[in-house]
Amino acid sequence: MFGQLTPEEAEALLLSLRVAVVAVAAALPFAMATAVLLARTRFPGKLVVDGIVHLPLVLPPVAIGFLLLVVFGTRAGVGGWLYQAFGIRFVFSWTGAALASALITFPFQVRAIRLALESADPGLDAAARTLGAGRLDRLVNLTLPLAMPGIVTGLITAFAACLGEFGAIITFVSNIPGETRTLPLAIYTALQTPGGETEAARLSLLSIVLALAFMTLAEFAQRRLRR
Amino acid sequence: MSLDVFLRHRFGAFALEVEFRIARPCVTALFGPSGAGKTSVVNAIAGLFRPREGRIVLGGRTLLDTGARLCIPPEERRAGYVFQDSRLFPHMSVEDNLRFGWRRAATRAGPAEIAHVIELLGLGHLLKRPPRALSGGEKARVALGRALLSSPEVLLLDEPLAALDAARRGEILPYLERLRDETRLPMVYVSHLVEEVARIADEVVMLRDGRVAAQGPVFDLLTRIEAGEGAAAGAVIDTAVAAHRAAEGLSELGFDGGRLVVPLLARAPGERVRVRVRAEDILLACEEPRAISANNVLAATVSAVRAGAGPHADIQLACGGIRLVARITRASAERLSLRPGMPVYAVIKSVIVDSSN
Repeated sequence: MFGQLTPEEAEALLLSLRVAVVAVAAALPFAMATAVLLARTRFPGKLVVDGIVHLPLVLPPVAIGFLLLVVFGTRAGVGGWLYQAFGIRFVFSWTGAALASALITFPFQVRAIRLALESADPGLDAAARTLGAGRLDRLVNLTLPLAMPGIVTGLITAFAACLGEFGAIITFVSNIPGETRTLPLAIYTALQTPGGETEAARLSLLSIVLALAFMTLAEFAQRRLRR
Repeated sequence: MSLDVFLRHRFGAFALEVEFRIARPCVTALFGPSGAGKTSVVNAIAGLFRPREGRIVLGGRTLLDTGARLCIPPEERRAGYVFQDSRLFPHMSVEDNLRFGWRRAATRAGPAEIAHVIELLGLGHLLKRPPRALSGGEKARVALGRALLSSPEVLLLDEPLAALDAARRGEILPYLERLRDETRLPMVYVSHLVEEVARIADEVVMLRDGRVAAQGPVFDLLTRIEAGEGAAAGAVIDTAVAAHRAAEGLSELGFDGGRLVVPLLARAPGERVRVRVRAEDILLACEEPRAISANNVLAATVSAVRAGAGPHADIQLACGGIRLVARITRASAERLSLRPGMPVYAVIKSVIVDSSN
């Protein structure tokens, strides 16, 4: 039953990886900015912003998928405008799957980076100031490099969560083979097909191997950075 | 380069009100027990602490003037700061740490100067290492080099040796002495240890409970420490090697007021040596003691008698151009009827030579 991956399986695997990579990479700059904002500044309404950032952690993914549909559907306000003006369409497209995954996993990134920023030694920052480093200079050359283990942790957690995303993707961009059918959606599809249990098992096993490989890589990266 | 400092601030029940002026470039020790406000003063000079009220002028440049709503941020003050915990950047090599301030300096040190600092502090073999691979003493030296290479106008040292044991401290002090002697960089050196202050400082600002208790040249000021201040009172004497009596294993040190005999020093005749005589190590005699084992007996004049709260009295002595202080019991002071102007003989039990080159 193991042997080679079928073209459909390979397609689902590669799509999952592509969606996760794009989602995590696209969300990273925003996550960093949000984390710096939450960790380093004080402003009115900070609690509300904090709450909104964390909302995807507690909302049902299906609800998020529905909200995305409402906002980014080609007939909705934002989605319609994007489509009319730039020809950008998220619905029924793998980029939509990436958008949904990015939103769902955004809090993981923000939390990890924020934690790293908050645990930074303020003494080092003071030392850098006496050596002539301004605010942005310190952020780029001191704060972010020192927060690197936290940033990597955030990336890894978010990536892993992206690989498992189901509800938001199927609601927002449907289940289109080769376009939006990622591994979890492929497993679901197999289970919906009579006699598809073997296929579901193969895909589940593939998910397990992927998860293990990824966690090992993550642990390795962490050790290198912590040294 | 002069330094004017005035600060007023409240931390809960603790009131800080400090004012002093350093007229010439020299090593100024901020000296006092912990909790006296020493670190707050250097932090204010560096700009890391903003007092409620204050005015700080360094060499004609106003760094802080709360009256005029002026507060230059630390990154523009050009105050090199050596922290107690060295605070090296852990993700950079020693070399990158050294370059950090250099890159951002208004006037960058040239290659010869960089080489000189590296040589002066003995950092050559450490450049490629990460800070975690350094010993405590090496970290302190790198922190010092990093601050120096940022071309500061003043160097602030907040107990830079406090994290080190006595042996390591003895290892770093010669570097600081060389720095003092070779550069004309004004330094503010925070310490609660008499040994360090006696060895490094030219001027001492003594802080107690958030106020300046006294200020003056190091040679005068240490004679004024009172019992129970957590530090040994004593005198610092600037001497020069006069002669060696190698056969007896002794060296003679000359100063304005006489000669002192100490165990043989590995110094050339004429070289300057700072020595310290603790108040407890001086006995007083009204007549010249003849049959006595002590090598050092100096003729002096009593300049003041100060009875402390305890059983002791501090007797200030003038000996040539220098000042000494002897701590004897109040009972002895009364028995000898010591009065200002009285000639006495100071019998010195031991002389501490701090410098260990």
